[in-house]
Amino acid sequence: MGQITLQNVQKSFGPVDIIKGADLDISDGSFVVFVGPSGCGKTTLLRLIAGLEDVSGGNILIDGKNVVDVPPAKRGLSMVFQSYALYPHMSVRGNIAFGLKMAGLPKAEINRKVEAAAATLNLTPYLDRKPRELSGGQRQRVAIGRAIVREPKAFLFDEPLSNLDAALRVQMRLEVTRLQKQLGTTAIYVTHDQVEAMTMADKIVVLNGGKIEQYGTPLELYEKPANLFVAGFIGSPKMNFISGEVAGRHGAATIGVRPEHLKIARDGEGWPGNIMVAEHLGSDTFLYVDAGAIGTLTARHVGELDLSAGDRVLLSPDPGRLHRFDESGKSLRA
Amino acid sequence: MAHTPELSPSQPSGALPRMAAPALQPTETGTGTRQTQLLARMLLTPAVALLFIWMIVPLGLTIYFSLLRYNLLDSESAQFVGLENFHYFLTDPAFLASLQNTLVLVGSVLGLTILLGIPLALLLDQPVIGRNIVRLMVIAPFFVMPTVSALIWKNLLMHPVSGLFAWIAQLFGAPPIDWFNDVPMLAIILIVAWQWLPFATLILLTALQSLDEEQKEAAEMDGAGALSTFIYITLPHLARPITVVILIETIFLLTVFAEIFVTTGGGPGLQTTNIAFLIYSQALIQYDVGGASAGGLVAVVIANIVAFFLVRIVGRNLEA
Repeated sequence: MGQITLQNVQKSFGPVDIIKGADLDISDGSFVVFVGPSGCGKTTLLRLIAGLEDVSGGNILIDGKNVVDVPPAKRGLSMVFQSYALYPHMSVRGNIAFGLKMAGLPKAEINRKVEAAAATLNLTPYLDRKPRELSGGQRQRVAIGRAIVREPKAFLFDEPLSNLDAALRVQMRLEVTRLQKQLGTTAIYVTHDQVEAMTMADKIVVLNGGKIEQYGTPLELYEKPANLFVAGFIGSPKMNFISGEVAGRHGAATIGVRPEHLKIARDGEGWPGNIMVAEHLGSDTFLYVDAGAIGTLTARHVGELDLSAGDRVLLSPDPGRLHRFDESGKSLRA
Repeated sequence: MAHTPELSPSQPSGALPRMAAPALQPTETGTGTRQTQLLARMLLTPAVALLFIWMIVPLGLTIYFSLLRYNLLDSESAQFVGLENFHYFLTDPAFLASLQNTLVLVGSVLGLTILLGIPLALLLDQPVIGRNIVRLMVIAPFFVMPTVSALIWKNLLMHPVSGLFAWIAQLFGAPPIDWFNDVPMLAIILIVAWQWLPFATLILLTALQSLDEEQKEAAEMDGAGALSTFIYITLPHLARPITVVILIETIFLLTVFAEIFVTTGGGPGLQTTNIAFLIYSQALIQYDVGGASAGGLVAVVIANIVAFFLVRIVGRNLEA
């Protein structure tokens, strides 16, 4: 079991409030990603759950039991650190076994569990090597091995893939997701990369300035962002925001339309503009259009478009996928 | 799984020196490289030659004197005697006694400075108010000259009549200890350890500060308490700096002289005479330059033997 509930969790460092009251309900076996810009408090929130920081207020419940006064090791969670934090003088075997050794398990059982974990992660040939003799991806898997061998109630991942190169990151992303599904253990994963968040998560928590902006499935966030921040943060390229008179016509202070929901035409209806930059990726074409008073708009077209910088185009939003926001940035629902 | 090249363990250690950046001159012809090498050697020559002369002249003179019967009281009658000086020095009962004293001194001071240095460094690593001032005070003894600190210990602390230790002993009604007569070696060890403790503490402290915070947190998540974290995480991390402390301190402790000269003068008897002091007394108390030179060469050999074993025993830690 690994159900984690946060009730009005607060954290301040001196006079600075880092977490301003977080409420969250993470169900057993789900993969939850904390995402947000740097400094939004996502890592602090994770460390509060881990017990590496003490809360300033509120409760953290693991399987219904309040753990705010329980030391980290007794919470039954395990953590994968950004730097991996492997013990450099211990072999891979020693690293993975350390937690079990500290728990005082018999040697035979430790060996059995370590070898099972190593087999799951394809680390068996490396068991007797030192961390410095491993590649980045292998170190990453040792760190994960150290986490899974303790059979925790939940995994906590603190930006674990940020030190890997792009290709390896995509591969490890898949491996982590697959492993989590296979083990069925709750996982909380912190990242600043919204692509990682969208691809890995069952549910995403978007954090900004120490507040939870929205909590929902990736597609909920994409289709029904709660406010301007979430709308702008989720989705790549970023959503276009238009305010002023055009927004007023739709009865909103700001309207948002995603680049992929802008129809591109040479003539007919729409907002006129000149292409500043055209990016041709083959699979997609991205256009950055100077639309005069409306501002700069980004448009995405699936497939190739025979347009280049300087061309005049007309952009019209898909009326069904227009997002409307009031003055405070809150989403207006029809 | 992709290997990043610099992490690959299979790279032969004898391959191209990493810092030499051979990629910088791939287009140079063989002649060009040879010219560069020649220029490099020529430019290095003056420095190397100076160092060489600086070393070889005293060594050569010492070897030369060690083969002579040469006493300053009778310098006219110097004559070649072969290895006789070595024979006398090595069979002198004072030699074995002073060799033993040297090893006891070095070993005890090493043990004391490391055993006390580790907890001190751990304490100084804690965030406390005025930490910088405390650190400065801890490091201060290292800057006091050996002669001065030995005099302070002798006259202000260990003096059996007017010393602080005698006063403390009398507070408890105990008879004061006459340090330099009753336990002369212990007194010397305490003085030298006091001087070298800051050095060990400083090196260990900087090492502690470079210990990855996330590693300690990982150990905490793994359920390691303070003691386990110290044994399994901190102490292995300190293995390398401890090696550095042992190597450097040994070099200097083999030649401790001022502390002995100022306090006990090697006595009582031979109880605090180490090799360095024995050579001194040979040369400048008995005016036997030949015998002292032979002793000096013996000391060089002993230092090398110690260095050889040290590097074999603890030097492994220095390899990355």
